[in-house]
Amino acid sequence: MSDQAEVKKPPRVEVGVLGWLKKNLFSPWYNTLLTVVSVGFVVFFGRVILLWAFHSARWEVVTTNLKVFMIGRYPAAEAWRVLVSLGVVALLAGLTWAFRKAKDSPVRRWLVLAWIVSFPVIGILLRGFGEDNPFLPKVSAEVWSGLLLTLVLAIVGIVASFPLGVLLALGRRSRLPVVKVLCTIYIEAIRGVPLISVLFMSQLMLPLFLPPQIRLATVMRALTGITLFSAAYTAENIRGGLAAVPIGQYEAAQAVGLNKALMMILVILPQALRNVIPAIVGQFISLFKDTTLVVIVGLLELLGIAKAVTGQRQFIGLHQEVYFFVALLFFICCYLMSHASRRLEKALGVGER
Amino acid sequence: MRTPGSETSKVPFWRDIRVLRILAQIVFLMVVVAGILWAISNYRQRGLIFSYSFLEKEASFDLAEGIQFSPTDSYARAFLVGVINTIRVAVAGIVLATLLGLITGIARLSRNWLVSKIATVYIEIIRNTPLLVQLFFLYFAVIMKLPRLSEAVVMPGPAYLSNRGIVAPWPRLAETFNLWWPFLVAAAAAAVVLIIIRRRSQQRIGRPSIRAVWVFACLVLIPVAGWLVVPGNPLWLDVPELIIKSGGVLKVEGGVNFSSEFIALLLGLVIYTGAYIAEVVRAGIQSVAKGQTEAARAQGFTSGQITRLIVLPQALRVIIPPLISQYLNLTKNSSLAIAIGFLDLYAVSQTMLNQSGRVVEVFFMIMGSYLAISLTISLIMNIVNKRMQIVER
Repeated sequence: MSDQAEVKKPPRVEVGVLGWLKKNLFSPWYNTLLTVVSVGFVVFFGRVILLWAFHSARWEVVTTNLKVFMIGRYPAAEAWRVLVSLGVVALLAGLTWAFRKAKDSPVRRWLVLAWIVSFPVIGILLRGFGEDNPFLPKVSAEVWSGLLLTLVLAIVGIVASFPLGVLLALGRRSRLPVVKVLCTIYIEAIRGVPLISVLFMSQLMLPLFLPPQIRLATVMRALTGITLFSAAYTAENIRGGLAAVPIGQYEAAQAVGLNKALMMILVILPQALRNVIPAIVGQFISLFKDTTLVVIVGLLELLGIAKAVTGQRQFIGLHQEVYFFVALLFFICCYLMSHASRRLEKALGVGER
Repeated sequence: MRTPGSETSKVPFWRDIRVLRILAQIVFLMVVVAGILWAISNYRQRGLIFSYSFLEKEASFDLAEGIQFSPTDSYARAFLVGVINTIRVAVAGIVLATLLGLITGIARLSRNWLVSKIATVYIEIIRNTPLLVQLFFLYFAVIMKLPRLSEAVVMPGPAYLSNRGIVAPWPRLAETFNLWWPFLVAAAAAAVVLIIIRRRSQQRIGRPSIRAVWVFACLVLIPVAGWLVVPGNPLWLDVPELIIKSGGVLKVEGGVNFSSEFIALLLGLVIYTGAYIAEVVRAGIQSVAKGQTEAARAQGFTSGQITRLIVLPQALRVIIPPLISQYLNLTKNSSLAIAIGFLDLYAVSQTMLNQSGRVVEVFFMIMGSYLAISLTISLIMNIVNKRMQIVER
């Protein structure tokens, strides 16, 4: 009899869909209340948003201006250059992804070189040579706008701020008091003020302190501001990475007879920089978002173009559609990037040692 | 070859590490100073002189936001208006963002699936879009689309919501307030005494001798008693009124007016920073070891007590340092006010600059003000942080 004990099924409300519902939505009693309120909230807002999106929104403002959002005032006849640049970057990114596992493949070394070379090449491609060059007529940086400008500002900003950030981080950890104090003052002063005030400095103050014969384009001045600002944050990230390198690495490097500079270049920095890759990606995402601030100093990046589009005569007053579209574009980019950075963090095994 | 114990070998000074260090620093300093001098000489060449004398001059522009200001006031006063407006937004923003962050942070960890998903969606959307886009959306696409003042939405109070902002009732001090405020002080003092007694008995006999209700009773009853004793009302409610003037011009009189720019900026900052604070709170709560909650439950604490006495004090230790940097971010982000036309310290400076042309002077004032505000916030929060750490141990 004992071996024939009847196997009872669990009560229906404890397993399956019902069980899940009970566990996650309706127990204890106040959760039921919360669920009801939340459902009401979701239904209300969902209804408002869906009604707006599919009924009252006039999306033609976005569809007709799609090209404007992407490249803004960049001459339409030269738009192929932007596409070629994009293609180059996509190709390199794809190859890098494909060869990410092949640690010893010589292709990887060529890829690094290709990435480094691609920057000036794309720069020249976008900007062109002389006014009347038959192949690449000059497209002054003043007319770069839209998403193109946003990307240029963010990418050049993060790349240019990197060497400066490394130097500042090393300076702040230096044992020479003068170097240390000056670097610390720079980093803390920049981190203590808003980006907009640094941009303002680079727009209005920088020209006053340069000799009159040097004239920087507005975009270049904005880039200077973004780089100076970003360098302080990069420096702090890299300092964190440097602090995580065990002291034994320094001692071992010295024991094998490396001098200070070689020790830093060959032993310490490679480890420190690997540690900070996720932090740098995070910083890139916030820089990408922060580039919108250049609209305040009069540049037409994605948000600036959006503002201009809302002023078009046939689409006047369509702020909701335009800003929703811009927000969506930013959301997709940032969400994908932060998702990728989380995977990168796992792949690098940061924090697992 | 040197033998141990022999005279230290003569290192030539150009290879002596001590000399080299000093030399390196001198060279570095010289490069920096030379750069600064070069910049200053370029500045001088343009015939510009660094001077703050313009601050006493008449500003001759109007500021519609904040404390009393007229175009005949000085530049210095204009700057003060901006600073006060920034502080106003920052303080209100910090308080509200903390509340929102706390609620959503806890909601994100809720066992209720729907609640935690709503919190997650909010946090992800807000953190992955730029603040300026959100501000533009709030201001141009939401607040500017509200009805005009003549068709203002009347909310209980009555408060009038329109595309010009909110006009709401506001308590104002009456003459008899001078007789009433001693009661407020007395109430606060009595509450403090009770709290001290409670804490002492908690330490001595393991439980408070006075119930917490009495502290609240003290805080409420003494002012109420005062209100009854003092002749007339010490406070009066300034209720706004819609007035149609001659020619059909509509005007609101009385009450307190929050401009649409102020509301958009405050709302934007609160929603944005709230999402970041929520993540800070979530990380803090998750950092408390599970064993702590289980041990407390085993000892018979109720779930409210577990949150209040076990989890929060330990979570706060982790939460406060990143919270400080969120507060600082909020303050710095308030400078985006200029994009929607709120007259904060940065926006006022910009006007001052356009009027006076004093670029460098105004820039140093902006830098100095933001650094001062940032340092004050970090100072206050560091004191709080220190107290938390001691209480916790």
